[in-house]
Amino acid sequence: MEEVLKLLEQDARLSPEEISALTGKDVEEIKRIIKECEEKKIIRRYKAVIDWERAGKERVFAFIDIKVLPKRDVGFDEIARRIYRFPEVHSVYLVSGRSDLKIVVEGKNLKEVASFVANKLATIEGVTSTETHFLLKKYKDDRELFVEEKPNRRLAVSP
Amino acid sequence: MKISKRVSEIPPSGIRKFFELASQVEDVISLGVGEPDFSTPWHIRESGIYALENGFTTYTSNWGILELREAISEHLFNLYGLSYDPEGEILVTTGSSEALDLAIRAIIDPGDEVIIHQPSYVSYIPCVILAGGKPKILPTFPEEEFKINPERLEKTITNRTKLLILSYPNNPTGAVMDRESLEEIARIGEKYDLLVISDEIYDQLVYDVEFVSFPSLPKMRERTILVNGFSKAYAMTGWRLGYAVGPREIIEAMMKIHQYTMLCAPTIAQRAAIEAFKLQEEVISMRESYDQRRRFFYQGLKEIGFEVVEPKGAFYIFPSIKKFGLSSEEFAERLLQEEKVVVIPGSVFGESGEGFIRCTYAASLSDLKEALDRLKRFVTSLQPIYSRER
Repeated sequence: MEEVLKLLEQDARLSPEEISALTGKDVEEIKRIIKECEEKKIIRRYKAVIDWERAGKERVFAFIDIKVLPKRDVGFDEIARRIYRFPEVHSVYLVSGRSDLKIVVEGKNLKEVASFVANKLATIEGVTSTETHFLLKKYKDDRELFVEEKPNRRLAVSP
Repeated sequence: MKISKRVSEIPPSGIRKFFELASQVEDVISLGVGEPDFSTPWHIRESGIYALENGFTTYTSNWGILELREAISEHLFNLYGLSYDPEGEILVTTGSSEALDLAIRAIIDPGDEVIIHQPSYVSYIPCVILAGGKPKILPTFPEEEFKINPERLEKTITNRTKLLILSYPNNPTGAVMDRESLEEIARIGEKYDLLVISDEIYDQLVYDVEFVSFPSLPKMRERTILVNGFSKAYAMTGWRLGYAVGPREIIEAMMKIHQYTMLCAPTIAQRAAIEAFKLQEEVISMRESYDQRRRFFYQGLKEIGFEVVEPKGAFYIFPSIKKFGLSSEEFAERLLQEEKVVVIPGSVFGESGEGFIRCTYAASLSDLKEALDRLKRFVTSLQPIYSRER
């Protein structure tokens, strides 16, 4: 199963037939594994990795460190839930260190993100402080390089 | 100008000729390379940069950096239970190619016969000729999965035979010798008191089967020079770093040549290579990736209708093209001209390689897919001639 998942993590468009050829497992076995992983939500969804900058679409991302005062009985989860339900919020992580939650927020421009932080995020009960880091340049995301590296320059023929 | 007889005796390299041809065609898909498609892992490259920054720019000991020799010793012990003394039984060389050349020169006197199985790597014969030895060719066949047939080996031996060069996992066939077959070779080696050079450069790229290092067989350590390097498993071809391990007397003789001709292996590469041994996980993940592409390409070739032995090692596959009625050179040339796919004619690797082509599956999956499509189109265009001839 792990081998199939790793292949799909690299390229979600590989067909069961191709995965079968790569792994030496039977096609039906591959289909069964994929179905099982989908049902158990091990595979949560299939998506494309898109370079929006290259597509000419401006998008603004901010990483925000949030300190919270957890409430009795509900802890961090309650506050996290209030945050992750906003559609502007890309990711929410509980982290160790100086802040408690680290979130990624997306907006059309700086102003939109700033206003979300000021009006929605900072006003949530239990949020004691926020620190916003705007993304300036993306080098690598999810193991994908967003900058050009010189290709490995092999000769076409060698012994 | 007068060129020495020895050098004149060496035929021009068939690979070189094909290189010239291929470089005249643009936008080719190349399955014609003898190296990984990975760049050197970043940990290793970063170590090389660090070594440069810290001024490791001088000669090292002729033997190579002690720390690296110790790492080689530990590595061979961990993998195969082999034990070699970093002081005197391990020599770091400029690629395994140098190790091979040194070993042959250290052993061979003019007129000594050296048995070389074929199809195999292109350097063995020239190195033997340059040392004044006489190459004796031992063909291997697809019906026997390109393994050495002990009976034929025994018939090739004369009272002048001094050395056997073993080359498994094999370039170009991808063949790997199993333990029983190697034990047969070992028995013959002992019976005729042969020395053995075992070129195990692809030892860590073996799939589904066990790899047996030749000197790990009983009584073989004392008559074997094991040649290996960093090019293939660690994707370090351009760093030019290899090593030889073996009986002290022979390694010392090799070192004698090395100190006058090479002085020492590249220092930056030696420093970086110390890091390489710490990256066994990365080696395993590269091997998994080759293995997937091996299966994919093998199945693809079979679906097109090629007769092909499943390769068990290295990153080459060696399908037969006999049924298409072309020589391997014609096949490769026309495939290049008509479909822009580079493969190497099997004849380059010896007479018994005629009728085969070598394809390297260390290429991206999309290139492999495209190459299979083009191969299919190409052999379909040959089919009418083929049926007429039948």
